Amino acid sequence: MTTDASRGADAPPELVQLLTPEGERVEHPDYDIDLTPEEIRSLYRDLVLVRRVDLEAVALQRQGELGIWASLLGQEAAQIGSGRALTDTDMAFPTYREHGVAWCRGVDPVKLLGLFRGVNHGGWDPKEHNFHLYTIVIGSQTLHAVGYAMGIQRDDASAATIVYFGDGATSQGDVNESFIWASVFNAPIVFFCQNNQWAISEPLEKQTRIPLYRRASGFGFPGIRVDGNDVFACLAVTRKALDAARTGQGPTLIEAFTYRMGAHTTTDDPTRYRVASELEAWKLKDPIERVKSYLFKNEQADQAFFDSVDGEADQLGADLRRRCLAMPDPEPLDIFDHVYSEPHALVEQERAQFAGYLEGFEK
Amino acid sequence: MTVLSLSKALNEGMRKAMEDDPKVLIMGEDVGKLGGVFRVTDGLQKDFGEDRVIDTPLAESGIIGTAIGLALRGYRPVCEIQFDGFVFPAADQIITQLAKMPMRSLGAIKLPVVVRIPCGGGIGAVEHHSESPEAYFTHTAGLRVVACSNPADAYTMIQQAIRSDDPVVFFEPKRRYWEKADIDTASTDWWTPLHAAKVVRPGTDVTLLAYGPMVKTCLEAATAAEEDGRSLEVIDLRSLNPLDEPLVMESVRRTGRVVVVHEAPVNSGFGAELAARITEQCFYHLESPVLRVGGFSTPYPPSKLEEHYLPDLDRVLDAVDRTFGY
Repeated sequence: MTTDASRGADAPPELVQLLTPEGERVEHPDYDIDLTPEEIRSLYRDLVLVRRVDLEAVALQRQGELGIWASLLGQEAAQIGSGRALTDTDMAFPTYREHGVAWCRGVDPVKLLGLFRGVNHGGWDPKEHNFHLYTIVIGSQTLHAVGYAMGIQRDDASAATIVYFGDGATSQGDVNESFIWASVFNAPIVFFCQNNQWAISEPLEKQTRIPLYRRASGFGFPGIRVDGNDVFACLAVTRKALDAARTGQGPTLIEAFTYRMGAHTTTDDPTRYRVASELEAWKLKDPIERVKSYLFKNEQADQAFFDSVDGEADQLGADLRRRCLAMPDPEPLDIFDHVYSEPHALVEQERAQFAGYLEGFEK
Repeated sequence: MTVLSLSKALNEGMRKAMEDDPKVLIMGEDVGKLGGVFRVTDGLQKDFGEDRVIDTPLAESGIIGTAIGLALRGYRPVCEIQFDGFVFPAADQIITQLAKMPMRSLGAIKLPVVVRIPCGGGIGAVEHHSESPEAYFTHTAGLRVVACSNPADAYTMIQQAIRSDDPVVFFEPKRRYWEKADIDTASTDWWTPLHAAKVVRPGTDVTLLAYGPMVKTCLEAATAAEEDGRSLEVIDLRSLNPLDEPLVMESVRRTGRVVVVHEAPVNSGFGAELAARITEQCFYHLESPVLRVGGFSTPYPPSKLEEHYLPDLDRVLDAVDRTFGY
């Protein structure tokens, strides 16, 4: 494998790309992928559906049904490509923006909304999907993922862990500690950094002077930059890194070079800190359009297919909306649930006191 | 019966836990070959191997963060934070992740992680090696917080903490590591539940509430007071969260006078919580306000001054005297 390091630190960053923005298939010596037309159509379908889930969630927030939403717009390929590379026994640790990975892990999208609607802090069982809860504090989950990977080693299991984080997170101590831990213990983990160029309002140059993937060499494991808007490349690169992890070759840092096409969250206003032309340039690299072009050009899908996916997306969006609105509000005394695994004297005392207080209003 | 020092009692307790459950792991800085800077984990790596007794990189957040991940995979990590003053780099992982993740998962996740912290002063150490950070953790819902004061409790409580399905912050009184006692390691009949307080010396005039290193100081104060004709009841709280309120309140209702003693600063210390709860529940039984003896509102002083900072027998007795001044 040609490593970036062998070309020297000043060499321009290399980007693994298998599908150009125009939908042209290109070869890469280290990362080839052989996808059937059916598989490509399936990837396309996932990309469209998660974008629709995201769009619906933004709309629900705008209508006051969600408190906030962190949009994945523009990052669909990074998430679907990497998410589809996982096997059932692999474990994924997300940030709060991995709606596409959640989709790949079989988490019902309505369960993602609970956190953002304020009815719970995370409504799915991580073990059921091998998809951990969303983590809000930046970078904390990288250490959890490495610990989990150390558990895989101790179980002598053939599985890997993938952990998601953003460009801003690479400045966090926990992320750097997780790199060290993974390296010295040779943990079966893939660090998947979606470099979407912006940490809320702070551009990449506020976090780093070198391409992020090159940091890996300082920690002693490979780093690769992949076109984060190319679902083929994200799938191929992640698959290879997961294979390496599962076969005892240790960690890999993947930098998925992408772009946050929307706001950081629905509370953010990117017009205050970035120019519109930047977004326009990235729109030309849209992760979905290039797959559509490829399918069209190669006659692997017809208009009826695209129409059916759009129809499915609309149905998914409508269904998500209906089920979001039907989500029951929690009961006041739910506050006291699950703080401890067994009854806790103080929590039970306060539960009883608060129940009595509430009953006072009913009389 | 076996004579064990407090540090050896912890060691034996962890050894038992590791023998009983292959999922129990030890992790921390220097816990392997060295056996920990206080030798609390001495010999465990030799007997259980490097996969179960893990010398970690030197990063406290990393220790707790990866312990959480191991717990998510079904392990029961026992983490050593080398000194009290080094827990703060791990505070985010303890407070934000370890304490809250089970609730965030609606009960789907259990995190049986023990965070061992040698605490308190009195050993002539340099700064950041003598602190008492318990109140930061008792303030955090989701954690259980306990403190052992003697070898027998060290031996039982560490095993009970490891068996708990909730995260437990486990304070060890470092200046008492070398105290010795006879321990019956063959039977569990004598064990006290982890979250139960104990009357370690019955009395009738004043209740002394203490935990960890200050229990011994309070017992010495009670012995001295007896010579002056005062009968002090000493309670070892053992568990700060949850607190054994019934036992504390029963004593206070009998004596009507309370002095809380801890090494941590009095201001916003755990004694403030005790004073408030006692006042709420025993108001008409009190003959005097609840008094507190503890560290000053200053950073921990250089070791040449620590004897003035740390509560000792005389400061405890001074407070006892003051409870009779109302």
